[in-house]
Amino acid sequence: MRSTLRMKDSRILEKLHCYHCGNDCEEEFAGPDEKVFCCNGCREVYSILSQSGLSNYYTFNKHPGATKDKLSPRFDYLKEPDIAKDLIDYADDKFTIVTFYIPAIHCSSCIWLLEHLNKLDPAIHYSRVDFLRKQVNIRFDNNITNLHSVVALLDSIGYEPLISLQDVIKKQTVGSKDNLVKKIAVAGFCFGNVMLLSFPEYLGISHYEQSFRYFFGLLNLAFCVPIVAYCGIDYFRSAWANLKNRILNIDFPLALGIAVLFLRTAFEILSHNGSGFADTCCGLVFFLLIGKFVQRKTYYHLSFERDYRSFFPVAVQVTDENGAERSVSLADIKVGQRILIRNNEIIPADAILLKGDARIDFSFVTGESLPVNKVLGEVIYAGGRQTGEAIELEVVKPVSQSYLTRLWNNEAFTLTRQNRTKTFSETISKYFTIVLLAVAFGSLFFWLPTDFHRALSAFTAVLIIACPCALALSTPFTMSAALSILDKNLFYLKNTAVVEQLAHIDTIVFDKTGTITVAGADRIILHGDVTAYQKQLIYSVCANSGHPLSRLICQYWEGTQRLGTSSYFETPGKGITATIDNHLVDVGSRLFIKGGFQSKSNTDTTEVHLRIDRQYIGFFSIKQQYRDGLEIINSLGKTYNIYLLSGDHGHEREALSGMFNPDLMFFEKSPQDKLDFIKNQQERGRKVMMIGDGLNDAGALKQSDLGIAITDNVNNFSPGSDAILDGRALSRLPQFFKFSKDTLRVVYGSFCISLSYNLVGLSYAVSGKLSPLIAAILMPLSTVTIISFTSIATHLAAKRRKLR
Amino acid sequence: MSIIYFLIGCSVLLALIFLGAFFWAQRHGQHDDLYTPSVRILLDDEPIEEDKK
Repeated sequence: MRSTLRMKDSRILEKLHCYHCGNDCEEEFAGPDEKVFCCNGCREVYSILSQSGLSNYYTFNKHPGATKDKLSPRFDYLKEPDIAKDLIDYADDKFTIVTFYIPAIHCSSCIWLLEHLNKLDPAIHYSRVDFLRKQVNIRFDNNITNLHSVVALLDSIGYEPLISLQDVIKKQTVGSKDNLVKKIAVAGFCFGNVMLLSFPEYLGISHYEQSFRYFFGLLNLAFCVPIVAYCGIDYFRSAWANLKNRILNIDFPLALGIAVLFLRTAFEILSHNGSGFADTCCGLVFFLLIGKFVQRKTYYHLSFERDYRSFFPVAVQVTDENGAERSVSLADIKVGQRILIRNNEIIPADAILLKGDARIDFSFVTGESLPVNKVLGEVIYAGGRQTGEAIELEVVKPVSQSYLTRLWNNEAFTLTRQNRTKTFSETISKYFTIVLLAVAFGSLFFWLPTDFHRALSAFTAVLIIACPCALALSTPFTMSAALSILDKNLFYLKNTAVVEQLAHIDTIVFDKTGTITVAGADRIILHGDVTAYQKQLIYSVCANSGHPLSRLICQYWEGTQRLGTSSYFETPGKGITATIDNHLVDVGSRLFIKGGFQSKSNTDTTEVHLRIDRQYIGFFSIKQQYRDGLEIINSLGKTYNIYLLSGDHGHEREALSGMFNPDLMFFEKSPQDKLDFIKNQQERGRKVMMIGDGLNDAGALKQSDLGIAITDNVNNFSPGSDAILDGRALSRLPQFFKFSKDTLRVVYGSFCISLSYNLVGLSYAVSGKLSPLIAAILMPLSTVTIISFTSIATHLAAKRRKLR
Repeated sequence: MSIIYFLIGCSVLLALIFLGAFFWAQRHGQHDDLYTPSVRILLDDEPIEEDKK
């Protein structure tokens, strides 16, 4: 029951925040215990929790809930065993284990509540939250309850699981298991022991303890075996694979270094000739693996690889000939089936409208920001979202061949990207390797005529000392430091290579809908008094028009009774004159209604003036909802080529011309057009960055050199991309660009440092007199210098660019 | 001084035990979630009666 709050005393007046979610209460819903809620949903969550003795939820944090204003989606499809089967992790005849991804998890109260599900449903034996992944793992007794009721329970307390066809999050957890941590553990173990055993050698072993020397040496060699054969094996594999493809990358000198270190150590120890370089060998592999680990930053809660499948529902309601409804998973939908789409549901396959008033919001697919009316018998493309009453459709194409899905069959999605710019370390390591080999062979041939032993020793020493350990570490450490700085500034990059991509960009392409504009219903304001009858008249006029402004007015007054129009005349770009019930109604621009000059128009508001029977009524002001911080587009325009590509019609062209060069704005672009546009730019030698949000940009994002998906909620759907940018951080884009260039400079700097270490080492090495002690000192020293230099310099650069 | 052989054997064995323990923890997913336990430990199980105003 709805009841507005009576102001009993002033105390309640202050409490205008919803007790559950903390939102401002526009309309207060009084709940039990004098609590105030913003909506019925929040109140219900509160009553469920307080009745089950879970009001602790509200004591750990203030307003811990997420608003429950929206209607819950229907989970009926979970009752279908076939669909449920795909979602659960494990099931036997007693228990079922399932993991849900719940975007609403955000605080300690969430953890506490979700781990006390047992109090709400005793059949749930166990529930564990993984906070960073925003997952909850639930084990329940499947004789008492079922998947559907568990999901319904979660939804009822405000934690709606996100169930999608493409369970990316789960896949990610499985995908990252490649023993790197184990390899580091083994490398660390060996490194530590070898250091310990090498110590006596450095301090000098007296003559009567010579037997230890051999023993220690053999032990060291034994520790080197797992280092080379287990921890370092990937470097050999990668070097070999690259060599076969005629590529010299950094793995080649690294693998060579490791191999030479091991062989020389084995030879020296077994032939009682010296102590070898066991510690350098272990240290090298250990540091390299650490670098690899640092480079691999994972965002558990983000996914950069989502495609249309995570946008589509898992199942859809199908009605058969007898009118009975059942849920069918998307893959099983056949041509000719009748599907039922309710308000806010997405049409999963191309279909013909059979019944109902279809108002389809295609903003995600085409970029068109306003809902489109469809008439019976018209084909509706997949991906549209129905707004309004439930509609019935007949499927004409299976999901896999629908319009939207076909975009994914474009080669941009199937080809692994070859057009990427080479990273700095890739470019440099090629020359580095050539020079290294030249120096090594040079010293070999220099000593060969005089002293065979010395020649071999110099040759191996060069390969050991010049092993580009510091070089291999400089990029991962710099880039991962940069990544975590960008991450704090709400800019999430897929991997470390993207930082470098960012520095090379010279062309930026913006999408319009959702990228520089944000959807919002409260942007239209009526100035002037309008009676109910006048409202009906104006609504009826606007309902005839396809103009976006008319559509907005109709949306504003949705549900008004429409009257028949006896005459109707629309002047494009000006307004409409229509006769209804013998009243002359004019709706249009100021010029159209009032005559005279168009006053200086404000770029971010559009006005629609109203006149009935030649009498002025008032006007609507419609605010263009542009994102904050769009001034940056102007400043970026000085250094970058900036384009606007929109799937929308050009009705906002004027408003946008303040930001974009009118010649560089393109409207009515299909997803394919966008992709082709990017390709075209790339063929002209440009490095293109695409900023978009919807499925309609997915192709362009994939094709571009750097695709950034912009979103207001990073946990929401965003198409596959290289980076995800929080909408609030858009204004920092120029800083991000500058910062990425700074990071590149840091990499150059650290390269110079590592090179100078190498030169010092080489001067010992070419003479053939490299003592193991120098190698053992030089290698960790250069590594430590590089790590500290890169992290300090990167943070200083961030400070300079005023990034957090 | 031959006790050194024994001592080194002991130290390596000990280190191997720790390495094994680490592997065991890794395989049993003890490092999968490094954040949530730090929050969980601060949450009380017993309901705190909310102070009524």
